[in-house]
Amino acid sequence: MKDILEGFALVAQFDVLLAILASAVYGLVVGSLPGLSATMATALLVPVTFYLSPIAAVATIITASAMAIFSGDIPGCLLRIPGTPASAAYTDEAYAMTRKGQAELALGTGLWFSALGGIAGTLSLVVMAPLLAELALNFSSFEYFWLAALGLMCATLVARSSPVKAIASMLGGLLVSCVGMENPAGAPRFVFGITDLLGGIEPLPALVGVFAVSEVMRAMAAAEPPPLPRRRFGPIMAGQWELTKRYQKPMWRGNVVGIIIGVLPGAGADMAAWVSYAMSKRFSKEPEKFGTGHPEGLVEAGASNNASLASGWVPSLLFGVPGDTITAIAIGVLYMKGLNPGPTLFTERASSMYALYIIFALANIIMIPLGIVMIRLAAGVLRAPRAAVMPVVLLLCAIGSYATGNNLFSVLLVAGFGVLGYGMERCGYPVAALVLGIVMGSMFEQTFVTSLIKSDGSILPFFERPVSAVLAAITLGALLWPLGVWAWRRFARSSGSRKARQLVG
Amino acid sequence: MAHSTRRGLAGLATAALAHSATLRQAQAQARYPSRPLQMIVPWGAGGGTDATARIVAALLEKELKQPVNVVNRTGGSGVVGHAAIASAQPDGYTIGIITVEIAMMHWQGLTELTYANYTPLGLVNRDAPGIQVSSASPYKDITALAEAIKASPPGRLKASGTGQGGIWHLALVGWLQAMGLKPDHVRWVPSNGAAPGMQDLVAGGVDIVPCSIPEARAMIDAGRARSLAIMAPARDPQFPDIPTLKETIGVDYSTAVWRGIGAPLRLPAEQAATLTAALKRVYESAEYKDFMRSRGFGMDWADGAGFRSVMAETDKAMGEAMRAAGLAKT
Repeated sequence: MKDILEGFALVAQFDVLLAILASAVYGLVVGSLPGLSATMATALLVPVTFYLSPIAAVATIITASAMAIFSGDIPGCLLRIPGTPASAAYTDEAYAMTRKGQAELALGTGLWFSALGGIAGTLSLVVMAPLLAELALNFSSFEYFWLAALGLMCATLVARSSPVKAIASMLGGLLVSCVGMENPAGAPRFVFGITDLLGGIEPLPALVGVFAVSEVMRAMAAAEPPPLPRRRFGPIMAGQWELTKRYQKPMWRGNVVGIIIGVLPGAGADMAAWVSYAMSKRFSKEPEKFGTGHPEGLVEAGASNNASLASGWVPSLLFGVPGDTITAIAIGVLYMKGLNPGPTLFTERASSMYALYIIFALANIIMIPLGIVMIRLAAGVLRAPRAAVMPVVLLLCAIGSYATGNNLFSVLLVAGFGVLGYGMERCGYPVAALVLGIVMGSMFEQTFVTSLIKSDGSILPFFERPVSAVLAAITLGALLWPLGVWAWRRFARSSGSRKARQLVG
Repeated sequence: MAHSTRRGLAGLATAALAHSATLRQAQAQARYPSRPLQMIVPWGAGGGTDATARIVAALLEKELKQPVNVVNRTGGSGVVGHAAIASAQPDGYTIGIITVEIAMMHWQGLTELTYANYTPLGLVNRDAPGIQVSSASPYKDITALAEAIKASPPGRLKASGTGQGGIWHLALVGWLQAMGLKPDHVRWVPSNGAAPGMQDLVAGGVDIVPCSIPEARAMIDAGRARSLAIMAPARDPQFPDIPTLKETIGVDYSTAVWRGIGAPLRLPAEQAATLTAALKRVYESAEYKDFMRSRGFGMDWADGAGFRSVMAETDKAMGEAMRAAGLAKT
């Protein structure tokens, strides 16, 4: 109890509260700009943390990353341009809602369920940190392989187009992820002697290209769409309580999946959003509505990516193993500020830990009022003429991709992927599946090859380890399920028609 | 483009001054640095190299009374940024942080660049790898582990901690060779860095992780892993309980990762001297020591000439290890 009170005292400092507020605004702005990810927002904060007290330094990172993951939904919803990779899974859905004139409902859903997910993730951190960390530590490359395979299978589930085209897109993404020398053999592949390709193609320029640049190209090629009805933006939080009651199960499923994926090192908010959106569609009572502007998937995936953010801190705080790219940066800051990760952080420095919990909760609570302000400001984009918005988007794409590495090559990469994305959309290939392939590709390959090295080429350990066996069963089940359904239907139909014939005969 | 023109003009101006009367040259030198400096970091923002560069830049700013701007030039697994440092104008206004990869990349045929393409200014950090095992492992000390390695059939034991041909892989290769074993006697399992390697160690996926002790510290503190020995000539004052290889199993093998500050070739000697002197004061400052201690990074200083010989030694050692492991192209 004394520790909790001390925790509150640590947070209730002027500099800490100011740091939370400033980094919240910063995170909201950076996350909403296409091409600047939540990871980027965190990395840019590191030099600032040099000058802050330990608690304030960690507070800036917690707050800014939570805000950036939520506000990545805003441009996705308004312009069909996801602000961060974690929003890419449900961008089409949110944009479809905007086209139906439900932009405030879509954005409100993102905001409300992001905040709820963040709080659920925080609770998991408070209550189950040691338990969850144990789970994460039992994951070896065999388990990660199945996880990556499951992630890749989401491609067919989330796409509206034909599964064949979705799989083709996803395989294209896997091919892109083969570029560079960041592969298990350490050998340069598909680099054509170009130095810039040695490091491989990052998901971010690809994402910005296929979503944002291709959207700009489409806007240039097509006639101005009928303007959205000119009206004031309605109340943003209206109807959220209804949704919470109606979609209680998806929300909880999203929270739990987000927490579990977040805890696993190397799998972060991006994957949580993909898996949750796919699960939502799979288990929904009305899957045919998905992709037409249906909030159910937004509820589940929006909750999931923010829940994963908080639980991603569990292995970082206990073992110094980063749960995702954001916590990888945060670990450096923790060390620098003398909050060395380890079990002692939870015992000897319990008051600091409580302070972190309180900051997590606080960040997710102030997300709601600040998010409403941000949404109201951003909604102006819908009223602005397209000729004014699109050049700005293109400029932001160029600046954002340049800023990540001060490298002109990534700007060219964005342009190239823009053309590719435009072509793919014209031919009905879903670009989201391509991004999924790029995001998951290196994990898929890395875990497969390292597992085989460890087992001396035997595939048995993929099925022997208990967790691995369960994941394998889920993956293979999900793979064979549609096939089984198809075969059964065929059988039922043919026997049915035989019966019909017999009756006639 | 405007930027490079300005830099070009500045370069011309410096050259013109250098060729004019001695008096004017002296005046020009006395004024250095007269405008902000740029420090190039070949690795991404938020990592250990980035943090080191930023603290050095912040302290250098105080010494030189000019802003020092840190610029991350990532891409090509470090090749792009290292090339940017080497090809900058040698006017003393562009410097950069050089990492141990410069001694490895050219052997793999990834770039023509070597340490000889830089004016070394000062070494600021060096970390030797420890040899870590899981706390569930049967090997309680380095002697037991070394015996087990020698007794095991080739490829039975597995090690991880970085990509194929990465620095910790080469450290393992060097150690195995020093024990008279084949470079692949312990099989290398590539990973995306030390943290995933340590996680796999604790999950029971691999047997050994030879990575720097700060990278393994959280797992060691959590009681999940043990550090059996350090591949250094002497014990690390920050971790005095970890013995060296030489004092335990009598194998005189040491290697390390390092970071140092460098500039393009043909940097005027006076400017190099100014920068080295400023870096030395930065290195000795209390702020720098505090930073390095908090991150657990190893302190080591060498001036320009010393840094050059460190780079040359590493280059030779890495070349040998990479040829032995079949990773070298040249």
